[in-house]
Amino acid sequence: MLFYVARRLVSGLVLAVMVTLITFLLLAPSFNGIVGNRLGSAATPETVAQMKAQMGLDRPLATQYVDWLSHAVRGDLGRSYFTGIPVRDAVEQHLGVTLSIVLVTLMLTVVVSVALGVLAASKGGLVDRAVQALSLTGHLIPNLLIAIVLVYLLAVKSRLVPATGFTSLADDPAKWAQSIFIPVIALLIASVAGLTAQVRGTMIDELRKDYVRMLRTRGVPTRSVVLRHALRNAAGPALTVLSFEFVAMLGGALIIEKVFAIPGFGSYAFDASLQGDIPIIMGITVFAVLLVVVVNLTVDLVNGWLNPKARIF
Amino acid sequence: MTSLLEVNDLRLSYPGKGFRARPAEILHGVSLTVAEGETLGVVGESGSGKTTIGRALLGLAEPSSGSIRFDGRDITHVGAKERRRLARDIQVIFQDPYTSLNPSLTIGDILTEPLIAQGTPAAAARTRVADLLERVGLPEDAAQRLPREFSGGQRQRVAIARALAPEPRLIVCDEPVSALDLSTQTRVLDLLIDIQRRTGVAYLFISHDLAVVRHISHRVAVLYRGDLVETGPAGPVTTAPEHPYTQKLVLASPVADPVEQERRRTERRKLASNAH
Amino acid sequence: MTAQAPAPRRRRSLAGRLLRDPQAVAAASVLLIIVVLGLIGPLLTSHGPNEASLDSINADPGTPGYLLGGDRSGQDILARLLASINTSVVSALIGTSIALLVGVSAGLVGGYYDRIRGGAEWLFSLIMTFPGLLLLIVLLPLTKGDFKVTMVIFGVLLSPGVYRLTRNLVVGVKNELFVDAARVSGLSDPRILRRHVLFAVRGPVIIATAFLAGASIGVQSGLSFLGVGPATTPSFGAMIAGGFAELYTEPLQFVWPSLMLGMMTASLVLFGNALRDALEGATRKPVKIKPVRPEPRTTGDAPAGLLVVEDLAIAYPTPSGELREVVSGVSLSLDAGETLGLVGESGSGKTQTAFAILRVLPAEAVVTRGSIRLDGREILGLKEKDMRALRGRSIAYVPQEPMSNLDPSFTVGDQLVEGLRAAKGLSRKEARAQALALLERVGIAEPERTFRCYPHQISGGMAQRVLIAGAVASRPVLLIADEPTTALDVTVQAEILDLLRDLQKELGMALLLVTHNFGVVADICDRISVMREGQIVETGTALEVFREPAHPYTRMLLDCVLDENTVRTDPPPASVPAHAEEEQR
Repeated sequence: MLFYVARRLVSGLVLAVMVTLITFLLLAPSFNGIVGNRLGSAATPETVAQMKAQMGLDRPLATQYVDWLSHAVRGDLGRSYFTGIPVRDAVEQHLGVTLSIVLVTLMLTVVVSVALGVLAASKGGLVDRAVQALSLTGHLIPNLLIAIVLVYLLAVKSRLVPATGFTSLADDPAKWAQSIFIPVIALLIASVAGLTAQVRGTMIDELRKDYVRMLRTRGVPTRSVVLRHALRNAAGPALTVLSFEFVAMLGGALIIEKVFAIPGFGSYAFDASLQGDIPIIMGITVFAVLLVVVVNLTVDLVNGWLNPKARIF
Repeated sequence: MTSLLEVNDLRLSYPGKGFRARPAEILHGVSLTVAEGETLGVVGESGSGKTTIGRALLGLAEPSSGSIRFDGRDITHVGAKERRRLARDIQVIFQDPYTSLNPSLTIGDILTEPLIAQGTPAAAARTRVADLLERVGLPEDAAQRLPREFSGGQRQRVAIARALAPEPRLIVCDEPVSALDLSTQTRVLDLLIDIQRRTGVAYLFISHDLAVVRHISHRVAVLYRGDLVETGPAGPVTTAPEHPYTQKLVLASPVADPVEQERRRTERRKLASNAH
Repeated sequence: MTAQAPAPRRRRSLAGRLLRDPQAVAAASVLLIIVVLGLIGPLLTSHGPNEASLDSINADPGTPGYLLGGDRSGQDILARLLASINTSVVSALIGTSIALLVGVSAGLVGGYYDRIRGGAEWLFSLIMTFPGLLLLIVLLPLTKGDFKVTMVIFGVLLSPGVYRLTRNLVVGVKNELFVDAARVSGLSDPRILRRHVLFAVRGPVIIATAFLAGASIGVQSGLSFLGVGPATTPSFGAMIAGGFAELYTEPLQFVWPSLMLGMMTASLVLFGNALRDALEGATRKPVKIKPVRPEPRTTGDAPAGLLVVEDLAIAYPTPSGELREVVSGVSLSLDAGETLGLVGESGSGKTQTAFAILRVLPAEAVVTRGSIRLDGREILGLKEKDMRALRGRSIAYVPQEPMSNLDPSFTVGDQLVEGLRAAKGLSRKEARAQALALLERVGIAEPERTFRCYPHQISGGMAQRVLIAGAVASRPVLLIADEPTTALDVTVQAEILDLLRDLQKELGMALLLVTHNFGVVADICDRISVMREGQIVETGTALEVFREPAHPYTRMLLDCVLDENTVRTDPPPASVPAHAEEEQR
């Protein structure tokens, strides 16, 4: 077990190095433009070259990357070109904001989707059709429109919650809850639509299996057949979908963050990229990749616990 | 009688499942022969390796050692091109008539496939299809229909027709009647016997069912956990076997007669308690 | 299930099936109209999409030359709207085709050739580690916001999904027997891929395409909403952002692009769903765990017996909506301690009859008439709660496939304990002790170890013993065994039959044995009922039926049994040269 986790973590680290290397190489052609932007109207070929030398961008790419990597493995991701803030602190802070929204959304997604999916699969008929219609509607409307309409209805029209801005959980839990309310709902609609369809589908398949009939002939109560047995077997595929949704949300929250003026991970990445703040861009990539690696490992471990046949350790 | 097929000390292993697992040996040195026009029945229970023998002959599984000779030629490890040429001589009928036919192709397409692969012109292949359908007792218009329009027994007839198409000299029959109903089973077996009498094709007939093997085989080989334990003429091997495993197998197969079955059961239990 | 071939059905083409689906027709029409509008846009408007004039800033809808008015830069809203369609369509085309090209080709090759798969897996897991949309943002310095370049990258990011879909389908179809048969027929690999593998991949990939297109459009408009890309590229996202800023004064400027974007994505999703229905058949419908409730019919002078089934009929709805009977008027009775064999070929309705007695028929099944009484008590129409009490204590069931009847996620012991507690209300500790005793009773050598095993860790024969242990745990008066030995080896079959016989004697229970195997019947049954096409054609004692079958169908079946006397006697026709007969013809 420990060996398995260690092996996965090592291969995850290798992936992370690969991803940062590729990102770095993809960014390399735009170094001139980035430096030029920074210099603004003062940019001439000479000043650009001078600036590049000053920033170390004129060295061979391999040297630059290895230099960055050797600092990165020691936890030093450098400082922002523009603000001079240590990259690690800045990214961690913004990531915290996004995670507080995304994690709440995910938890609600699980609760709502499992309830709706199980209900649709086990009751059938009208309930099922209603759930299907609901899930389809969630699919149909682009996220962007949902966010804007929600802002308009809840914040601008009825002034129930603040339209924009973010208060951190540590500062004021009540205000935090208010400030993330619309963003969470906006993200929730699409993710619930996706997961509900998944849970419904696999639950239907599970409930048709032989062991369900067997349990019923033993006099096991329906509730236990559905929730204890069928749901457990349906949970694996649903969890995988959930992990995809999580990864998608990390970046997908960007639009929501912009609409609601929330200083999150996505919008921070966006601003840094527009400015060409390479240390920040690289830092964001590192954090994002490590999150993906950890999430995938967690999903595999939980799947192994759920499904004894899939246990690889 | 010359042997058409000669299998010598065949061993086969599958890579072990999981990380750093040792490979599992399925066949521990199996030797058998099939003569021209003969049926060799291979009987065994699940895990005996009987299906693996068939797959090795067909090139669907790679032997780890030993040799397979067909018509005097070594075909143990032939290349892809040579293997395709062998399709003219060695064919197969699988157990499951539902998954052995591509559901999206018409019966006609399924039957012309081996012919066209052998370079038969399309027109000639089509005439041949009518001939094949007639031979396995299917209506002529079957060629335009899809597999799902046919029952299990009829599909198995299609599979037989496909195997016959290139006029092979050996057909590997892997449990061809196990998925069929009792009455259909007998009819399909009789069709196979009839075809053999007319064309002189040899069968390697793999089955778990002693009664079926007894019905169609000239000789029978009994396989137990990757080893051949007994080989000989069908009658003696399947009714008065010498090896204890074959004896156990014969006594365990129930007969459709309450009185005889009760006698057999007593005998089986006696044998079992003696063994302890 | 049914032995007879279904009536020949003409194959209808995919297009034909889609045309009959109103949802598909509506969604496709909307899409088509939008795309055409985008293409003929320049003909419909008098201004170019980037043409701005100070006079027309926020011009009212209906202003001459500005049908939908002007925006805050003085550009024609209609012209920009129609040009934005083209941007969306091009985005969808680029994103989708890159994703399909990369994903499908890698999936075909990686799925078919085991040796290449490892490398392909690694490559795509690398791509999947790139955090989606975030990468598009991070690479802004590279793409400079150009939507075509962005969509190429997005297509690559979408490709792992397509790869996995294709690879799974290919691996699935590759192990089908018909691919083995094609290989044995002498087909080359490229030919097998083209002829047999591609057809399996086609459907799901077409469905995925609709959703990929939707995703591409969504991402493109999302990015342009944020202001990525030059202002000269007309896009719904940029228009929505502009309209959002003027939401209070000119709400319509927000409505038009939103409506158009919403219509495009919605019709893509709806069209994708319609495609799925057309390609994969009707959508899965859930099974209700709900009792069947027929009209119980009690006749005056009921025959006595432990189990009495009278005139039972079961029907299933056909696609056309009518009911088709699979069991029509079955009557049988079973005394305490007796064994009745219900014999028949596939499709005869024997399993359906057994399920009806247990009341576990599939939800769509309808019991149209009849009565089933256990110990004089009518079972049909009984409340699910009362039925559950009955199932746990009086009736028990042993299935055909031991493996699929155990929940793969729970240990053998857990499942036995749960059944025991449900039926007898025992404490966990008592139930555990009883379960272990039962495992020992059914002949499992190491009960403690098996108790802790998961189903996939034990053999089929062991699994069947476990299921028998669970069935007899509550000392039922009636045990229904549905082909209990069909999936097992002959030697194991003999042991399981012995076990059933011993347990029956020990507990004095009645046994209803459903089987197609006359040998099994001869071994264990006191009486036999022969079923054919939903009806019982003959009932009698085992000896009677075997020695003097009354019905021609029974006689025919018994004639088909291969016994010891059917040994092949003719010599191999080796003297006939292999192809001699062919040449004579």
